Amino acid sequence: MNNNYFEVKRSGINSTFQDQGRNNLYHVGIPFSGAMDNRNYLLSNKLTANKLNYPVLEFAYQGPLLKYHGDKIIIAITGDVNFTIKKNNNLINGTCYKSLILENGDELDIISTNKSVYGYLAVSAKFDLEYQWYSYSTNTKANIGANNGKKLEVGQKISISNIKKNLEIKKLDYRNTKIEKIRIIKGTNFDYFSEKGKKTFLEKEFTVSKLSDRMGMRLQGPKIENIFENNIKSEGLVKGVIQVPADGNPIIMLSDHGTIGGYPKIAVVISADYDKLVQLTPGSKIKFKEVDLRSALTLFKMYDLETQNLISQI
Amino acid sequence: MIKNILNLGDAALYCDFGIEVNKEINTQVIRYFKSIKKENIDGVNNLAPSYNKLIISYDLKKTNFEIVKKIIENLNIKKSDNLENKKIEIPVCSDEEFSLDIKRLEQKLNINREKIYKNFFEKEFFCYMTGFIAGMPFLGDLDKNMRAERLETPRVKVPKGSVGLTEQFANIYTYESPGGWNIIGNTPLNIFDSSKEIDPNLINPGDTITFKRITKDQYLNYNE
Repeated sequence: MNNNYFEVKRSGINSTFQDQGRNNLYHVGIPFSGAMDNRNYLLSNKLTANKLNYPVLEFAYQGPLLKYHGDKIIIAITGDVNFTIKKNNNLINGTCYKSLILENGDELDIISTNKSVYGYLAVSAKFDLEYQWYSYSTNTKANIGANNGKKLEVGQKISISNIKKNLEIKKLDYRNTKIEKIRIIKGTNFDYFSEKGKKTFLEKEFTVSKLSDRMGMRLQGPKIENIFENNIKSEGLVKGVIQVPADGNPIIMLSDHGTIGGYPKIAVVISADYDKLVQLTPGSKIKFKEVDLRSALTLFKMYDLETQNLISQI
Repeated sequence: MIKNILNLGDAALYCDFGIEVNKEINTQVIRYFKSIKKENIDGVNNLAPSYNKLIISYDLKKTNFEIVKKIIENLNIKKSDNLENKKIEIPVCSDEEFSLDIKRLEQKLNINREKIYKNFFEKEFFCYMTGFIAGMPFLGDLDKNMRAERLETPRVKVPKGSVGLTEQFANIYTYESPGGWNIIGNTPLNIFDSSKEIDPNLINPGDTITFKRITKDQYLNYNE
């Protein structure tokens, strides 16, 4: 029996354990999953002096309320998150990108993410979780991964072990910025759409709908006109693919997406913009901007370099 | 063989084997899929074979489109390569309580239920692909007179084990999920086993499948 654990007093809207995701199972019907915002995931692990591929707790909109029982530990929260720590009767406002000490009896209240969707909680220890197909990532639709493939539930305990003795406080000066133009590469069915439809897609503004989750992001806006075929023979998908069903409203595939789809692929979001895309809240306005494959590669290298730089600053 | 290789975004290759859906083209897709899986190409982290396409995802930190494309183009894949496919029999109970859409099918196909069952249970199916939800097999081909469209309004919950028909295909819901296929029975067999470290799928692309009709008693007392 482990003596160090969090007691879940409020589960939050969608709190799941995630890591870098799960490879080589698309053909079975299992997507990558993994932390939606990979940069913030990596930073949370670095702030708690963990290996970068450790599992962390991801939360969306409203996070959990956790009471801690056990030996002193360091925690860190990344993203744009409003949270407090209650120590005895003192309420301390939390700061993101700065590690903090939790002691026996403290309550960590992750109130909400501000103008963003996802945030991350890492601890300077190891969450005791089951490994499935070389990953701790949870896919709640298929009940795969850590925590029996489920979201956090009120009343459950999250036990931790291997608490690090070195309680060094680390911080990073970093602020998340909101993206306005999502860069894309033309999809394999781009020419299924009329000239007007293509123009609509590339020039008009779209709104992120409430029907968005870890599987996909639905957009609303002017209808994108298809002149060829509203359905294709079902084929594989990857994250970032933008499908346009017959109603003309685009759907962007996100990390837990179904592995096969039958709607035309108008475009794919470039890898460099994925972390910022997933942080767009319902109601956000976005526009798309086309880039070529070569530019996408350069942009990814810049994104990756920036992430490595941030990690090395901690 | 592969007709065309395109990029799907910046982190995947889109291999196009043609536009038709048939066993010949699909067999080629599966042959490529199996060979590439064995190759363990550096940086390739996922393969998604479907009827006539193969999508190869890779890690942009390790490789890129041009490198993977060259490797795929230079693969020596012989038409005679054995697919190592299995023959599997799936027990299915088609009692009224499991055969949720049999009335609809009778009306849509204009065939009575016993003929629908006879046709279905005598057919040998070929697994074209698995996916959409974990482990779901897409099995073809139903006879022309057995092809019905999906439900106008999909069910919010299709029970686990349900066997459904749509157009030329049969499938099996490996767990409870939303879906719009015409359900004609239910199998007690676990088609997807997430506790298996290797090969969680009972049915894989290229396998041959037949369905065996069982009674409600056999269904309830079924032991794997």
